[in-house]
Amino acid sequence: MAMQFYASPEQIMRDRSELARKGIARGRSAVVLSYAGGVLFVAENLSSALHKVSEIYDRIGFAAVGRYNEFENLRRAGVRMADLNGLSYDRRDVTGRALANAFAQTLGAIFTEQSKPFEVEICVAEVGATADDDELYRLTYDGSVNDEPGRMAMGGQAEAITGVLKSQHRADMSLGEAARVAVQALSTVGGEGGAARTIAANQLEVAVLDRHRVGRTFRRITGAALTALLDGDVSDAEQPAEAGGPDTPAQPTTEAHKPTTSAGSADLEDKPADGK
Amino acid sequence: MAAGFDPSGRLPDVFTNAGTSSFTTFLSRVAPEMLPGRRPLPPGMAADLAPHATTIVAIAAAEGVVMAGDRRATMGNLIAQRDIEKVHPADAYSLVGIAGTAGIGIELMRLFQVELEHYEKIEGAMLSLDGKANRLASMIRGNLGAAMQGLAVVPLFAGFDLAAADPARAGRIFSFDVTGGPYEETGYDAIGSGSLFAKSALKKRFRAGLSVDDATRLAVEALYDAADDDTATGGPDLTRRIYPVVMTATAEGTRRLTDAETAAIAEGVVAGRMENPGG
Repeated sequence: MAMQFYASPEQIMRDRSELARKGIARGRSAVVLSYAGGVLFVAENLSSALHKVSEIYDRIGFAAVGRYNEFENLRRAGVRMADLNGLSYDRRDVTGRALANAFAQTLGAIFTEQSKPFEVEICVAEVGATADDDELYRLTYDGSVNDEPGRMAMGGQAEAITGVLKSQHRADMSLGEAARVAVQALSTVGGEGGAARTIAANQLEVAVLDRHRVGRTFRRITGAALTALLDGDVSDAEQPAEAGGPDTPAQPTTEAHKPTTSAGSADLEDKPADGK
Repeated sequence: MAAGFDPSGRLPDVFTNAGTSSFTTFLSRVAPEMLPGRRPLPPGMAADLAPHATTIVAIAAAEGVVMAGDRRATMGNLIAQRDIEKVHPADAYSLVGIAGTAGIGIELMRLFQVELEHYEKIEGAMLSLDGKANRLASMIRGNLGAAMQGLAVVPLFAGFDLAAADPARAGRIFSFDVTGGPYEETGYDAIGSGSLFAKSALKKRFRAGLSVDDATRLAVEALYDAADDDTATGGPDLTRRIYPVVMTATAEGTRRLTDAETAAIAEGVVAGRMENPGG
């Protein structure tokens, strides 16, 4: 019988961490930040079909870097958990914190139990009534959770990107300003000889959780609207609408916290402005 | 919720596996007791136990589809609720109205709304309009046992078909029976206790290619006719300011007419009937 080599638990964990870190560092990065009108997600993504950024629930979004199959797995779990809780209780009872906890437990368990950890880094973001109320949770491959102050970067060379964000980002930025800061931050890494790169609009996946919407606040910004946003052609007050998407009128966010009086989800019903 | 104790605290496999994009299929594995059709029912008729929701009409218009429902729920000879809302958005481009046992209907509709949203989030694309109708049909079929004991729910489903080749035919209406269905209707349809009268009214006044505004007025007229002859259908309640719920689904998405808009239409209809009670 072959002798098993002894490996100390510290060594095993260190090896797993190294594997996960290397895997994550190979991928392209993503940035999440609060701005005046909501929470902005910007990810470098060459595919327009395989998303790194997606909707979990009314006011909760998800961004991830690393291996697609692994974070997709977690994303599905998040959508299922959110929809299950939203149906059992009420739409308002689905929180980003609960989701972040579930993801953290799952990632932690996989890290310790499986021989290969998930090579992913995840952000669960919940948009609040004001930028101060926004919640950004960073989850890493070993299940640790961090509550980030209004901005975060994930993926390869995240520290360098975070440095740019820290110096440039303000919570009262407009959507256009925030998007340009995010792209500027992403482009500082990975260029030839440390120089900044140019990232074209079609290499970016951009989405927002719109603070002023009622119900489902997540929307993607693609195509011409995205190009205009990055070029600064769109006036800062303007909200580029997603092509073909239903036009939900902007209403004060307090409306979303009204008690549910009927079975209909508040998101799709146009409530009259007089609040009846 | 999920069975079994897992000391690691991770989400159970049923959450994380690729599995299905359907929320009801997922629910049948994690929490089957939350599905309306999965509850054991004691024997006997239960028809008069719970409030019944009544008349819903849907009309296809040039730009989409209009659905309207009266506000009354009855329990035997009593009015159980005067201001129940029976027409709801199913998702961004479709509407669902419920008739039959109110409690089960509302539960079914909430589940249907989550089903559509869940699929959209998981797959990143909306179901086709026919796919949505089939999904609803299978959910009604799941309630067959309860329906045979008098707790039937029959919805009306209508929506704007984004994939329609001819934009004038994008507004489509589907009706169902207690065993499922679905049946696509041409032009207009009504369900519930007053549907006979509403449909008779629509038969004489419906024309293909109506504008959404005309179809809205016609829907409120049809509900008035239903309320005229059916005790379980409520007419516009001018004293309490309770008017029918009217919703539209067009290329711009679903929209519920505001109380002021429906009040203006309903008052117009009532004023017209002052002159000519038969419309």
